[in-house]
Amino acid sequence: MRRVGFLVRKEFQELRRNPRMFPVIFIAPVLQLFVLGYAATTDVKNVPLMVVDADRSAASRDLIARFDGSPYFTVVGVTTDDADIQRAIETRQAWMALSIPPEYGEMVGRGQPVTVQVVTDGSDSNSATVGMAYASTLIAERAAELAAARRPPGAPRLGSIDARIRVWFNPQLLSLHFMVPGVLALLLMIITTVLGAMAIVREKELGTLEQLNVTPLKRWELTVGKLLPFGLIGMVDVILVVSLAVLWFEIPLRGSFPLLFGLSLVYLLCTLSLGLFVSTISHNQQQAMMTAVFFFMMPMIYLSGFIFPIENMPAIIQPVTYLIPLRYYLVIVRGIFLKGVGLESFWKDALLMLGWGVTVLALATMRSKKTLS
Amino acid sequence: MPAVTVRELTRRFGAFLAVDRVSFDVEDGEIFGFLGSNGAGKSTTIRMLCGLLKPSSGTATVGGIDVERDPEGVKRRIGYMSQRFSLYELLTVEENITFFGGLYGLDKRRIAARRAFVLEMAGLKGREKTLTRDLAGGWRQRLALGCAILHEPSILFLDEPTGGVDPVSRRQFWQLIDRLSGQGVTVFVTTHYLDEAEHCHRLALMHAGRIAALGSVAELKQIFRERAVVEVRTGSPMAALRALDDLPTVEKTSPFGTALHVWLKPGIRDTGPLRTRLDELGLPAEPFEFVQPSLEDVFMDVVAREEAASS
Ligand SMILES: Nc1ncnc2c1ncn2[C@@H]1O[C@H](COP(=O)(O)OP(=O)(O)O)[C@@H](O)[C@H]1O
Ligand SMILES: [Mg+2]
Repeated sequence: MRRVGFLVRKEFQELRRNPRMFPVIFIAPVLQLFVLGYAATTDVKNVPLMVVDADRSAASRDLIARFDGSPYFTVVGVTTDDADIQRAIETRQAWMALSIPPEYGEMVGRGQPVTVQVVTDGSDSNSATVGMAYASTLIAERAAELAAARRPPGAPRLGSIDARIRVWFNPQLLSLHFMVPGVLALLLMIITTVLGAMAIVREKELGTLEQLNVTPLKRWELTVGKLLPFGLIGMVDVILVVSLAVLWFEIPLRGSFPLLFGLSLVYLLCTLSLGLFVSTISHNQQQAMMTAVFFFMMPMIYLSGFIFPIENMPAIIQPVTYLIPLRYYLVIVRGIFLKGVGLESFWKDALLMLGWGVTVLALATMRSKKTLS
Repeated sequence: MPAVTVRELTRRFGAFLAVDRVSFDVEDGEIFGFLGSNGAGKSTTIRMLCGLLKPSSGTATVGGIDVERDPEGVKRRIGYMSQRFSLYELLTVEENITFFGGLYGLDKRRIAARRAFVLEMAGLKGREKTLTRDLAGGWRQRLALGCAILHEPSILFLDEPTGGVDPVSRRQFWQLIDRLSGQGVTVFVTTHYLDEAEHCHRLALMHAGRIAALGSVAELKQIFRERAVVEVRTGSPMAALRALDDLPTVEKTSPFGTALHVWLKPGIRDTGPLRTRLDELGLPAEPFEFVQPSLEDVFMDVVAREEAASS
């Protein structure tokens, strides 16, 4: 254990004198957060909306007016024929359509549930997602008003309007809010996995690893001695990025910060262990970098749900996503940030993530050999 | 019991045989030299003995411990200085010493005492805070030696410790080795500088993965016991070289500085035919001298025989 202390101290002595490390560790995450945060911002205004009003009642006109009156939509046409939707969307005259069924006014009047349909042009998936979120919020708002107006005090909730598509977690409908926690997960993975991947293979290249290998240093002491200093750097990055998210991007942190921080440590265990594992299977830094980026990180990003929702993936691919710690951390970080939920709703993700990290750390330790064969 | 015993030790890299059935002993307290050109297999042998590389076959014990069965046990008893400089360049002199002292499990007081010793030994007093990358060659090597003996091992493996170092530093380094040996440390050292071999109590000449000859310098020179070497000085050495090479009493010739060395066949001491031949060709020469063969002569001779035997 004392040896681990010497390793950690040595690592910081080296870091302090390496002028390239400071920017990589502390400036890069801030820059990336800004670039990704803003580039990924998909706030959409004045989405051209086609309305099919099969009801033509006061109630339906009221709903249409709400859409038209909001800054997010501009109603470009009202018809009674569903076929018009397709034409409008194909010609990009409208990006979205709202279809109100003939029974709408009557059902709302009677306080019974009714379903309206929202159609969107999937070719622009970003605006589509955001537009859907706006639409469902408008509809939900209207439903809530109706329910409140009709409900006698204490009575059960009566009718509602149900939108076919819903986006949760992001009530203000700012995509930045949805993106930034994901970017935090991505940043931490990239920085710490790369640090880990360089850690042991760099010493292999320099020749210092051979000198370590003739000392009584144990294999786990080497991996832990690398894990701790880089883990500490990762913690600073967590605090840095979360502070920026809350103070600069003004994203409300609804859940518990200590919980977020604690589970971020578990996530760092995963990403660093992965890096160390890559380090032990590589012969030089370049190879380690390539392996980490192309063999591990890119597939992980694609399959984690960061870019494509997991539910939309082919059924044979979906089980693979359980092998990706980023998947679990995305659930956790979005849950804590946006939904304000705690362990009770993602303890399984947290446990699986912990198991993953411990397993990969053990693999990395077993892979690091003190006697080459 | 010898400090190191090696039996039929072999190492392959794929199909390539880097070390081929090598056997020898290193006695306690001895300076044992491993001499050979680049690629001979010296480093591979030393790395197997330090428990850094698994042998393909054969056995070796270091300090009585089998290197294959208990490499970690071996590591606790030895010091190793690799061919490549392998201290941390971004650490200062004293940070490197403290770090390796810590890894060897020395306590705080012991580290302080050994640090003082190493600084004194390496001549680095007053330069404790210098970054290791800013040290010149000789100092680096002495610091590396110091870091390898922090835990006072009784057996020391040095792989080309004076590679790329200036002659003065080389001499200083060998003084340190002599000093350690005087304190009873067994030193196993590889080199490709022939002049350094004179410091070794015994030498193994390695060529193409095999030990071609083994013994003290005097013993190794015995291979010329039966064969006299004549030094010939003439104005046109290359012409003389060709002329003398064909003589029936001559085994071989080789240039030696500005002169030539002529090996006579075993048992022959008569230089008359050499003089006659040079006179025939009108090549005047200074009076011939019988010379002691150098270690280089021994090495060249051994290598030539190995090559002849293997082809
Ligand atoms: N890890 C390795 N993989 C493949 N070949 C190697 C390896 N290490 C050494 N060799 C080869 O083994 C031979 C002996 O190398 P080495 O022991 O370093 O020689 P020396 O130290 O005498 O110069 C060389 O031809 C070298 O290329
Ligand atoms: Mg070598």
